[in-house]
Amino acid sequence: MDWGILKSGVEGLQSHGSDLQKRLRGLRRRLTLLLAVVGPGLITSNVDNDAGGISVYTQAGAQYGYALLWSLIPMTIALYVTEEMCARMGVVTGKGLSDLIREEFGFRPTFFVMVMGFFVDLANVVAEFAGVAAAMQIFHVSKYVAVPIAAILVWILVIRGTYRQVEVIFLFACILYLSYVFSAVFAKPDWLIAAKQTVIPTLHWDSGFLVMLTGLVGTTIAPWQFFYLQAGFVEKKVGPRQYPQAKADVLIGSISCMVIVFFIIICCAATLYVSGHRDITDAGQAAQALFPLAGKGAGILFAFGLLNASLFAASILPLSTAHVICEGLGFEAGLDHKFRDAPIFYWLYTVLIVVGAGVVLLPNAPLWKILIFSQVGNGIWLPVVVIFILLLVNRRDLMGEYVNTTTFNVVAWVTAIAMIVLTLVLTYTALFQHAPPSAT
Amino acid sequence: MELYATELMGSKTYDASGNYVGKVREFFIEPAEAPNRVSHFLLSRGHFQPLVAKHNQVASVTAGKLDLNVSERALELYQPNEALLAVQKDLLDQQIIDTRGRKVVRVNDLDLAEQRLNGNVELRLTQVDVGLPGAVRRLLQGVMPPKVIRKLQSRLPQSSIRWEFVNLIEPDPLRRVKLRITHEKLEDLHPADLAEIMEDLSATERQSIIASLDEETAAAVLGELDARLTTQIVEDLDPEKAADIIEEMAPDAAADLLADLSKETSEELLHEMPGQEADEVRELLEFDPSTAGGMMNTDFVFVSENSTRGEILEWLGKQELNFDQLDTIVLLDSKAQYSGAVPVARLLLAAQEERVGALKMDPVLSLGPDADEKEVFELFDKYNLRMLTVVDKESRPVGAITVDDVVSRLVK
Repeated sequence: MDWGILKSGVEGLQSHGSDLQKRLRGLRRRLTLLLAVVGPGLITSNVDNDAGGISVYTQAGAQYGYALLWSLIPMTIALYVTEEMCARMGVVTGKGLSDLIREEFGFRPTFFVMVMGFFVDLANVVAEFAGVAAAMQIFHVSKYVAVPIAAILVWILVIRGTYRQVEVIFLFACILYLSYVFSAVFAKPDWLIAAKQTVIPTLHWDSGFLVMLTGLVGTTIAPWQFFYLQAGFVEKKVGPRQYPQAKADVLIGSISCMVIVFFIIICCAATLYVSGHRDITDAGQAAQALFPLAGKGAGILFAFGLLNASLFAASILPLSTAHVICEGLGFEAGLDHKFRDAPIFYWLYTVLIVVGAGVVLLPNAPLWKILIFSQVGNGIWLPVVVIFILLLVNRRDLMGEYVNTTTFNVVAWVTAIAMIVLTLVLTYTALFQHAPPSAT
Repeated sequence: MELYATELMGSKTYDASGNYVGKVREFFIEPAEAPNRVSHFLLSRGHFQPLVAKHNQVASVTAGKLDLNVSERALELYQPNEALLAVQKDLLDQQIIDTRGRKVVRVNDLDLAEQRLNGNVELRLTQVDVGLPGAVRRLLQGVMPPKVIRKLQSRLPQSSIRWEFVNLIEPDPLRRVKLRITHEKLEDLHPADLAEIMEDLSATERQSIIASLDEETAAAVLGELDARLTTQIVEDLDPEKAADIIEEMAPDAAADLLADLSKETSEELLHEMPGQEADEVRELLEFDPSTAGGMMNTDFVFVSENSTRGEILEWLGKQELNFDQLDTIVLLDSKAQYSGAVPVARLLLAAQEERVGALKMDPVLSLGPDADEKEVFELFDKYNLRMLTVVDKESRPVGAITVDDVVSRLVK
């Protein structure tokens, strides 16, 4: 008769799983670890190429051909440098950007950042839905049908999905950006000239060129990216040990973003610039103009790319804004919460979508004014946020050993000052010079 | 009279002779002396070094004005002191734990109450404001007169937490001691609530809380926490401390935790654990997590099927068991092979002399450790089980899967 509590009665059990199985498990584990981290960097950088961005790039290609390609490499560096700091902060502190701003700088600065963010992002959301309308127009669908459907789709995606589900869909959308690559190939560009112009800077000293240049920078670096990126790593609970993978994610994202921009510009340069269609003012016009010049394939792919980018951005921008505001005010936020656990977060998201889509549907929607407003707002918002980031990332009591090295600081501050100056120039021209609007 | 921290900040301070001394830039609490009394006021004077007024030097306080009962010469110069909790720096806009609401909240403002004592006025911290009124006050302070702000915010829904339910978060252990921050209140919370609270904190804050909890509570919390956070926490702990905590966990929970760590870390921790526990966990780690072996626990109660209720109860009373192990008892036959399981409820209602073998559940169910988890789920569902025994090839019981393991898997 045996009594007792079995403490270790498992002797004699054979170890299960051969050596090979164990090794496969190890490999699978490392891959899962990497995939568990990748996402925020890739998504944020690609959403950069939203409706407004694409409009700027098409103009750049149509008006100046290959001449602006050299700015892509410096822009990639600027993008990477700022995004990496936010990724590092998210990974090391485990807190979002507006959380950190609140804790270190107080209530009023946070409030300012939130209010600016709300209005600038709202203007951008309007631009995204306008992009949806323009893209669907090419497929002969009226905006009164396309925009409400798009708004509902985008709303359901986020309300019903968890962070992981939504992220997978966004990553898929990133792959769809490749349509621009094909579009460019169909346009049969002069690859040699394009390559040369990418590495050798050319400067034309007319104001149009400079405005276009600042427009390019202004559209690439937007504050909402920083909030979304950092919140993404926090929501995925990425820790300091996975910092290398997070850095890799940001690097791949920045490079892939600029690669897509490259193809958009050369597509338009090879077709619109060469044939004299130089006064294209938005992506919709560009896609239409492509049809006769480069064939139906190029045009359709271009329009499809625009639709993808617009839907994608229309989902992310309101999300990022809702995060900023909820974090700053201390409300629950994040896709992994249910609706009733984070009501303000989800309501903010809904309002942004409804108002954004609604404005586009108005008969005489003042889209011009809204775009200018968003540029001006960005001009105020961006410098403040960038400086906050630089101050926070250098705080040893927050970041421990992960503060900026001196070299990185030099690079970061130079980049920041350059961005701020260019953004201020852009704001100035938007306000006072009434130049052909370049959307943010 | 009630006063708010935002109203106190920036107050013009005058000494006993009516001379202007400076503005209140910060005020402090000294937990070692009194848990919620405002002990010091920092008075800034432009280019000059700031002065400090103590709690027994205040004659009267109103929104925007502080009157002292001593002359300016009696005030000392300010020296930073880590034993003082600074309200602006350490409390406002920071996160704290609401032990009553069991969540993490951010401080918008603080409520202070006046107390008159021997001709002085002392201020006591009564509540922490985490709602809209506090936010509105912070926003409008200095921009509008205090009376107007008060009127505005009185219409908004209040949301405050009493100071005794507040647990401060301070990552630095030395400062925690100086500020008398303990986590006793946290230990009273259910581990699942505490785990949820910890998910809202930053990495260093989480680390500091785990380090200051007793090992049993820490083990329970780690079992409830998101696996990614648990991994981060354990990797940053001292191996000895981590091993102490893991020892307190049930072997299957410990195996799950160690499986997520790198091979070196997990070996290091197993090395620190007492041999018997470490071996148990090592055996469990051998199983694929999606099989019965990967879900089972090696701690369970077994008795001979011929024992009587009386004998069992007497024996159980002498053991140190936790309630999870007692839900269902495994029976062995004379060859020490698995013969069935008895839910404790049946044991409760049986006669003292009844043979426990007669109480066993029908049909007698078990599976091998290699069985897929889907089979486990199906059996639990079909027969409404709360526990399922895992047996080896000789029909000897090696582990038990309980319903909470199944639920956790299904929820993922």
